Amino acid sequence: MRSVKTTRRLSNLLVYALLIIISLIWIFPIVWVVLTSFRGESGSFTSYFIPKTFTLDNYKNLLFDTDIFSYPRWFMNTLIVAVFSCLITTAITLATAYVISRMRFKLRKPYMNVALVLGMFPAFMSMIAVYYVLKTIGLTQSLLALILVYSGAAGLSFYIAKGFFDTVPKSLDEAARIDGANNAQIFYKITLPLSKPIIVYTAMTSFMAPWADFIFARVIMGDNYEKYTVAVGLYTMLSRELIDKYFTQFAAGSVLIAVPITILFIVLQRFYVEGITGGSVKG
Amino acid sequence: MLINSGTSPVKIFKQGNFHTRLSFVIMGSANLFNKQITKGLLFLLSQIIYTVFMLTAGVRWIAGLITLGTKEQGSVYDPEVGFNVTVAGDNSMLFMIYGVMAIIITAVFLIIYYANLKSAYAVQSVVLKGKNPPSFKQDLKSLLDERFHFTMMSVPILGILAFTVLPLIFMILIAFTNYDRAHQPPGNLFDWVGLTNFKAMLWQNDLLAGTFFPVLMWTLFWAVAATVSCYLLGIIVALLINKKGIRFKPMWRTILVLTIAIPQFISLLIMRNMLNQFGPINTLLQNAGIIDEAIPFLTDVNWARATVILVNLWIGIPYTMLMTSGILMNIPQDLYEAARIDGAGPFKVFTKITMPQIWFVTAPFLITQFIGNINNFNIIYLLTGGEPFATDYYVAGKTDLLVTWLYKLTADEKDYNLASTIGILVFIISIVISLLAYRHTASYKKEDQYS
Repeated sequence: MRSVKTTRRLSNLLVYALLIIISLIWIFPIVWVVLTSFRGESGSFTSYFIPKTFTLDNYKNLLFDTDIFSYPRWFMNTLIVAVFSCLITTAITLATAYVISRMRFKLRKPYMNVALVLGMFPAFMSMIAVYYVLKTIGLTQSLLALILVYSGAAGLSFYIAKGFFDTVPKSLDEAARIDGANNAQIFYKITLPLSKPIIVYTAMTSFMAPWADFIFARVIMGDNYEKYTVAVGLYTMLSRELIDKYFTQFAAGSVLIAVPITILFIVLQRFYVEGITGGSVKG
Repeated sequence: MLINSGTSPVKIFKQGNFHTRLSFVIMGSANLFNKQITKGLLFLLSQIIYTVFMLTAGVRWIAGLITLGTKEQGSVYDPEVGFNVTVAGDNSMLFMIYGVMAIIITAVFLIIYYANLKSAYAVQSVVLKGKNPPSFKQDLKSLLDERFHFTMMSVPILGILAFTVLPLIFMILIAFTNYDRAHQPPGNLFDWVGLTNFKAMLWQNDLLAGTFFPVLMWTLFWAVAATVSCYLLGIIVALLINKKGIRFKPMWRTILVLTIAIPQFISLLIMRNMLNQFGPINTLLQNAGIIDEAIPFLTDVNWARATVILVNLWIGIPYTMLMTSGILMNIPQDLYEAARIDGAGPFKVFTKITMPQIWFVTAPFLITQFIGNINNFNIIYLLTGGEPFATDYYVAGKTDLLVTWLYKLTADEKDYNLASTIGILVFIISIVISLLAYRHTASYKKEDQYS
């Protein structure tokens, strides 16, 4: 009996050791960027891990020295784009997913197949075309264009939410229908209140996307620094001519956006897990 | 009702009465004659708008799509100013966009036209039964009930048409033109060239084919390696965290999940710096005496390829781990109890209970991961930028995937025709792979009858 206990304890020790090593590997880059953001010496990389001098100047310059690069402005731009594209995307995704999950109509299957096929084209392939379409309607270099680009194709990403709606019992719909509710009322009054995890999941992923995209935003905004989002702005700081001067500021800017997103993410983690596993596990 | 399966226009014409047949020429007339005034007027209005559009612009736009412009930009001596001035020519790019728009508008009109026919036929059969045709108010009300999907899907579909379908059609068309760096509007015209680009890419042009196939091979190798490694190691990490008797489970999970929350362009650019020849990792290893010379993580072909796969683990493992954790927590404990009573060892429990359950749920995820990895732009672009550069490739490096090559051709070289050709080829590869794979999982499901 004792030997079984010892083996278990030994194997647990081994697992703890492995988990600690794994955690260190995962945390290492994060710690490094935080340290870099407080580094007093400029330059893009150093041959040592811990900075020789610590300073708050990187943050100060980033936030108040806004002649060329205006980080506060980028932050506001991104926030505006993120809020609106989050609202539109969530509404569109949930509406599509609900209809696909609950209603039966002739074009349902074809629509699902088309969505699958469209998803197979590389996203960057149509980037230039999107740019020219926006240019034709006179929308380039505006935040509205970005909002439209981020939320325009939301009707194609219904799969996860559909999987969730599939797990909401149909008997609830039928009960409501007997009480005289129509499909719209069932959606607003029965299904939506039961779907908090998937609403949070959809809102969260769509809110986070604009903070991370540096490709579409760069193509659409061109050289208009005023309208940059945080991601494009920070990415520009790392271009070959600027990297030595701005690397520590880049680190500071990264920390400033990563911290709120990470906190948001940890708080809402439960919903995220339910969101990605919900449909498949329960079903 | 509007959607009435199995009513072809021919059948409607044959069985239709005079009003219905009139709707073939004048839209909405059947509705107008049967007291559905608003609906009839709406149909009529769409016909008028479409006709005016075609006469004023549409026909010209479609003709422009065929020629893609004939008048090149030139310079003419202007006696008033005293020197040569540029005279605007045709812009092939705009010709194409407007042409595609005219075609989409026509397609939308045809759908409305068909709806008009079916509506006429429906009115006819309702009247024939001696009932009153539904009023506009009733029609509107049905949009919240039987036809709720109409209401809900209209905005999403408009968005998809404008921001996915239109650009995509446009780019597919570009693959059949010579819109490359030498044919840039408005200075030059570009024109239709048929399958030339595909032929060049696949066999005719040694430089292009000599880039395409090696890049394709590396793309596939990368996609398999990245998907499988993240999947297996992610499951192992999840098993470690969820092992019985291990404490602080949420903490371990959260540490890994942090990487999902941090935007990739930050974490990957940081990695690139850390892995640099003079970066902290090389320095640490050198100071510790483990290596003598800096490891060329991102500059040597084999090292760079291994590095992107390894760094990808840092990004990919947390996703699999999260998903697998969710599944593990949902496996009923009595299954394990029963197995233990039957005398199954831990290995047997894993292969007979845990793994089948994980596999069943994650098989579709694996396919999407694989396709996602074929198109995994971020990791390559941000980490290596496709480097080390290859002299025998056409503007691609040794770690470039097809998508990053496509991006370089678009953003740096303006060879849009080649980029589109690659995009179409990637699409064909992805669709073939996923069709094969989905078929496999479907048969797998049927065999096992799991759910």
